[in-house]
Amino acid sequence: MTSKKLSDEKPVGVIGAGNFGSAVANLLARQRNVLLYARDVKTIERILKKRENRGHKMKKNVTPINDLKQLANECDILFPIVPSSHFRSMMRQLSPYLHPYHVLIHGTKGFDITLPKGHTIESVTKLNRSQVKTMSEVIREESVVVRVGCLAGPNLSKELAARHPAATVIASHFNEVISIGKRLLRNDRFQVYGNNDLVGVELAGVLKNIIAIASGALHGMGYGENARGLLISRGVVEMIHLGRALGGNTKAFLGLAGIGDLVTTSNSELSRNFQVGNKLAQGMTLKEILESMDEVAEGVNTVRIAKKCADYYRVRAPITNTLYQVLFEDLTVKQALSYLMRYPLNVDIDFLD
Amino acid sequence: MEVLEKKNKNKKYRPILDGIPDWPVYQLSRNRKEFIEEVAFKSFERIKQLRPNRKQLLDDLQATVYREQQRMKRNRWRVDPPDEQRFWARIKEKLVELSNKPGEDTAEEDKILQRIVTRYANEIAGNFKPSSYRLARSITTFWFNRLLNAARVKKFGAIFRNKYTLRDKIQIVGKVKQLRKLARQGTIVMVPTHFSNLDSILIGWVIHALGLPAFIYGAGLNLFNIKIFAYFMNSLGAYKVDRRKKNLPYLETLKMYSSLAIQKGAHSLFFPGGTRSRSGAIEKTLKLGLLSTAIEAQRNIYLNTPDGEEPRKIFIVPVTLNYHFVLEAPDLIEEYLSVKGQDRYLPEQDKYGSFQLLRFLIKFFGKGSNISVSIGRGLDVMGNYVNDEGQSLDAQGRVIQTRDYFLSNGYITIDKQREDEYTRMLSQRIVSEYHRINRVFASHLVAFVAFELWQQKHPKLDLFGLLRLPEEDQVLEYAEFRQACKRVRKQIYRLKEEGKVNHATHLKGKIDLVIRHGMENVGIFHLNRPLLFNKEGNIITQDLSLLYYYHNRLTGYDLEKVI
Repeated sequence: MTSKKLSDEKPVGVIGAGNFGSAVANLLARQRNVLLYARDVKTIERILKKRENRGHKMKKNVTPINDLKQLANECDILFPIVPSSHFRSMMRQLSPYLHPYHVLIHGTKGFDITLPKGHTIESVTKLNRSQVKTMSEVIREESVVVRVGCLAGPNLSKELAARHPAATVIASHFNEVISIGKRLLRNDRFQVYGNNDLVGVELAGVLKNIIAIASGALHGMGYGENARGLLISRGVVEMIHLGRALGGNTKAFLGLAGIGDLVTTSNSELSRNFQVGNKLAQGMTLKEILESMDEVAEGVNTVRIAKKCADYYRVRAPITNTLYQVLFEDLTVKQALSYLMRYPLNVDIDFLD
Repeated sequence: MEVLEKKNKNKKYRPILDGIPDWPVYQLSRNRKEFIEEVAFKSFERIKQLRPNRKQLLDDLQATVYREQQRMKRNRWRVDPPDEQRFWARIKEKLVELSNKPGEDTAEEDKILQRIVTRYANEIAGNFKPSSYRLARSITTFWFNRLLNAARVKKFGAIFRNKYTLRDKIQIVGKVKQLRKLARQGTIVMVPTHFSNLDSILIGWVIHALGLPAFIYGAGLNLFNIKIFAYFMNSLGAYKVDRRKKNLPYLETLKMYSSLAIQKGAHSLFFPGGTRSRSGAIEKTLKLGLLSTAIEAQRNIYLNTPDGEEPRKIFIVPVTLNYHFVLEAPDLIEEYLSVKGQDRYLPEQDKYGSFQLLRFLIKFFGKGSNISVSIGRGLDVMGNYVNDEGQSLDAQGRVIQTRDYFLSNGYITIDKQREDEYTRMLSQRIVSEYHRINRVFASHLVAFVAFELWQQKHPKLDLFGLLRLPEEDQVLEYAEFRQACKRVRKQIYRLKEEGKVNHATHLKGKIDLVIRHGMENVGIFHLNRPLLFNKEGNIITQDLSLLYYYHNRLTGYDLEKVI
């Protein structure tokens, strides 16, 4: 590659002014001017007036805008970070303004599903890979952009904002995308690793949310670190089996996006998914919990989708299955736990061959 | 009653360029010497880039000599030049001297590398001659037509008739008009599926019949062992691809040859599967080496075209060749099975000399076995469809710029890893286009259904178990077979509506007639027929492996689910 600098004049775009989106915008703003797209005009006004958004103090060179066309015209590099349920519709709006020179690095940890006509997520019993897509696949399907990457790893927004040491993985088939991500995000408190297994890293980031909910539930029951150790190690095994069925490689799950992120979210009350589990164990219903939260906990939908995929591909996924029953049927956390503790299969490691 | 093909609409196409001197391939051959020098020089530079220090270069040179000497010992062909043993022996001597010499100076090594790549460039280069092209072309057309008429109309003197022409035997369907248009605006890289050694000649005839100027071919060097082939290929502008040579200098020189020829506007053709499909299935993975040269050439065209000039665009055109019968099928499937079964390598053999081929041609023209050639829609080097004006379109039909794929931060950049990834994406795209334009014949249908039915009746047997099925089990009730054929055909119709496959017109109509047409044509000239009716009118086979081969043509469409 020619050694041209990343141009200093072109800003970088972030799509989605949620918690993580704001944190990433601030991280990027250390290197470049940032355009932050928000759907909600009120958010834009608030950022312009108070320089504050969702508890983040927004840097001066982060400019909030409401125009996707302008965003795509001014930026070559975009970071879409919107909830998975809106991701495809956002891409459809953005797509007419995108060109093959654009680079998209997303930070969304959830699945996209396409259901047959007349069906809802409740009414389908099984889901396969032609219906369940990762965000990078949505980008490829909906736009001409090929240089796609994803951002995954233990990145709790509040800790990033407080400049605690942390790291992330940029996964892409293109070394070019990885090195762009590194140059834009890296600083003395933030390390960036590269990985070429895009789908593997995406799957790791998505599936770990299931285990995070389960971990919150254990915490809510008042159990300690032994229980958590048990859950995390069994959780990794389950993630790997599910991940492989969906087209990832084992390796990605052992890195920052898999185990790294899992340990973090399973221990942290800052995590939304953890909070869902925690409140469940305290006896709240799913409806009450979701109403009490201001942002989407991706894990809830992930459990629903992963369970139906596991059924289709005949993958043994006891944690996901029992969690599904707790969330959407009427199993209590206590019953779920006693079921899992009596689960007959107990080989420690069966994914390395 | 015979199931009739729809009246063949193929009309005669006028050549898109009038005189041979206008053809890019002719320009290339007129400056043959300069071109070879350029190929050698640029390959040399490329290898020096890849192996920047003396140790790496020396290692590669030694590996090259070792491999070449092994090849000469184990697998020598008639086409190999007589002086090659001397050549490599001398290189080896030089290298032995050099390996003891200290220092980083590579002047001597460079000289050796230059000699090797120049030798390779000369060996690869085609030799297009207008005179022999014209001759070869008229000989093929004349004799094919004579054979056809003599064989079809069984009367003495029919050999001088012109009732039938080759166009009745070989149907060309698909995006012919677009191809002719694109060939005027840009450079075509045609990528056909590969089932038989005859493909090379067939596709040469097709290109001529479509009124296109001669293409440069990447043809397997093994074909030049067969004299008839060697003559035609040489005159049709073929360059030689030697699959025995896997050393770095050879591969780089070969790719450079293709890349530069494309950059100079020569329409090109190579079989991206690399070798004939052993299993009988449409290629699922492609060789990326030559394919990458199309992408590299397009990037260089964008990089080197001066401002104000329109950069010449490269169009990828997938083509499938559809047969009822593949001459080499018994050997191909045997090779496939023994590799699959025992995981061992078998060297390539060609059992078919000039005589066998002629005999086949006579049979081919005599009986009802037709061939169809489907021309796919043109793609840009990124696998986007192009319209008739050559503009790339995205999935929504919006015009996009292919140049944008090579931009980083507003500038065209050379990024090898990126282009490797693009090549992989392009290859996947071509494979899915193959499946889309693949033309299902009745013979494919019956072979597929029969094999799947046997498989279903013996769910516990793996492939090898099934192929050893005892003879008394090798019977299918006609009624059952007919029902299954009907279901599969219905599914093929459905897939066609979704644009996922195509089928011959003879697939329509009464199912009994379609089945009979299929049964009569599947593997028609083999000694042991893959499918036959027995006295009771039920279905039997004489060769399950062959049946498996013809069945494989329809794998990958999930058709087995409706049986």
